Amino acid sequence: MDTLLQTLKDALTIGSLYALIALGYTMVYGILKFINFAHSDIVVLGGWLSLVIATKLLAWLGVDLAAGGVAAWWVGPVVLTLAMACCGLIGFTIERLAYKPLRGAPRLNVLITAIGVSLLLQNSGQLQFIFGTSPRKIPSLISDATLFSIGDVQVRLLDLVVVGTALALMLALEYLVFHTKIGRAMRAVSYDVRTAGLMGIPVDRVISFTFILGSSLAAAGGFLWALNFSVIKQPADTSWVLLGLKAFVAAVVGGIGNVRGAMLGGLAIGLLEGFGSTYVNPALRDVYVFAALILVLLVKPGGILGKAVVEKV
Amino acid sequence: MLSVENLQVNYGAIRALHGISLKVEQGEVVTLIGCNGAGKTTTLRAISGIVKSSGGTVKYEGRDITRVKPHELVRLGIAHSPEGRGVFANMTVEENLDLGAYARHDHSEIAKDREKGLSLFPRLRERYKQLAGTLSGGEQQMLAMARALMARPRMLLLDEPSLGLAPQVVQTIFQIIREINAAGTTILLVEQNAHMALKVAHRAYVLEVGEIAMEGDAQKLAASDEVRKAYLGVG
Ligand SMILES: Nc1ncnc2c1ncn2[C@@H]1O[C@H](COP(=O)(O)OP(=O)(O)O)[C@@H](O)[C@H]1O
Ligand SMILES: [Mg+2]
Repeated sequence: MDTLLQTLKDALTIGSLYALIALGYTMVYGILKFINFAHSDIVVLGGWLSLVIATKLLAWLGVDLAAGGVAAWWVGPVVLTLAMACCGLIGFTIERLAYKPLRGAPRLNVLITAIGVSLLLQNSGQLQFIFGTSPRKIPSLISDATLFSIGDVQVRLLDLVVVGTALALMLALEYLVFHTKIGRAMRAVSYDVRTAGLMGIPVDRVISFTFILGSSLAAAGGFLWALNFSVIKQPADTSWVLLGLKAFVAAVVGGIGNVRGAMLGGLAIGLLEGFGSTYVNPALRDVYVFAALILVLLVKPGGILGKAVVEKV
Repeated sequence: MLSVENLQVNYGAIRALHGISLKVEQGEVVTLIGCNGAGKTTTLRAISGIVKSSGGTVKYEGRDITRVKPHELVRLGIAHSPEGRGVFANMTVEENLDLGAYARHDHSEIAKDREKGLSLFPRLRERYKQLAGTLSGGEQQMLAMARALMARPRMLLLDEPSLGLAPQVVQTIFQIIREINAAGTTILLVEQNAHMALKVAHRAYVLEVGEIAMEGDAQKLAASDEVRKAYLGVG
């Protein structure tokens, strides 16, 4: 029973982070129909910027957590907000400089450009005077003391914050996409760019907005990932690469282009990976995920929530 | 109100419009008829700015709009109901109508126009909360037109509203086109159904492979031998 609960807890935590990151892939795909390979690097950037901002902020406040202790409750939210804002701005800039000039170009060109942007971010992140090539410990922004236990499973405030923030952001996005004017514009652009323009929707501005949104969610993903593991790995570390890939798989499994699909896919991949590792074989952790991708592509290529579009005459 | 001069459009090496000119005066229904592939849709798209023209000018109410972006044209009072209807199938009728008013902020007036649209197309009221993708072809056409009217346009561009519809539905659609015009909206109507189009239009242009072949009073054109033979299947 405890193993089950522990597995469930871990899987849901990781799954909600996959979901958060998958949203960025799926929204950009929905609108521009290409996979933004640089998205996972925004996650890394979000994690590292959080570390830098937290360190600077604590130094400025004159707080030293080296000997233990936890930052004031509001430091975490401030760091998160700043990291999201920075990454949103970076996402906006990348779209303007790298992708917008390629509007109308063959999709392969855009895809190659995305890979280029990804390599640029990865390699510049590893420079000694940027983030460097060794992992760092992130300051304790949230208490990791046990709050309560269910059986042998300990639940920390940190766990609640990580999952809670991820879920809150997803709910906020769900509301934005399905219940606001800008969300309706995003869905319209995603369904048919040309007709969206005829409705008076400023398509380029909606695309920029989508990048800002996706990138700030990626930053939140990076921040929460770093908090959850309390160490932050150097850019280009395999753990980041796998995180990006699995979030991408989550987006495809859920139905690429579908916002609810990305959330569902993230949780599904998290659970599959968690339960597979605990109950079958931990060495196959990554295998489950990619096997699921292949299976879904074979059985339901559009993903779980993907639909075939029916044209009526 | 709208004047197109020497408009040229190329798709790569294909020249779709060889420099066409046409005028639409305030209050008119003008139709552009022609066979499949003549360049009718291209003409409307070039006016709306969704394809780039490689020569010529488009003027609207005295202003050069040749390089104006599609979404800005809506604000100037031109609405375009595209070929194939372009309804957002994954959204409800209500959401589609709201999208038509995207550029507007006068909420109480939008509500009035929505009400007008639903009175003009009562079928849409019945289907209000339904996904547009579940509507029949005729209903989707009605939705596309009602949606375009939600922009409260002074000029309406309609691309083949009768395409693929049953004859009675076509009758209804054309009756409504008359009503929209009677309410004060100027209309540029693209049609392959020359018979119906020439009945509602005041003036007409006949497009043949990217060039204006004939133009003039709609009734006179409908009576002319060339049009009767080539487009009305008579003789
Ligand atoms: N996107 C496109 N790319 C290349 N050629 C096109 C494109 N759209 C239309 N054409 C060509 O331009 C010509 C005019 O097409 P169109 O304006 O759609 O005609 P119509 O609406 O009168 O049927 C046709 O020969 C068509 O094949
Ligand atoms: Mg056409």
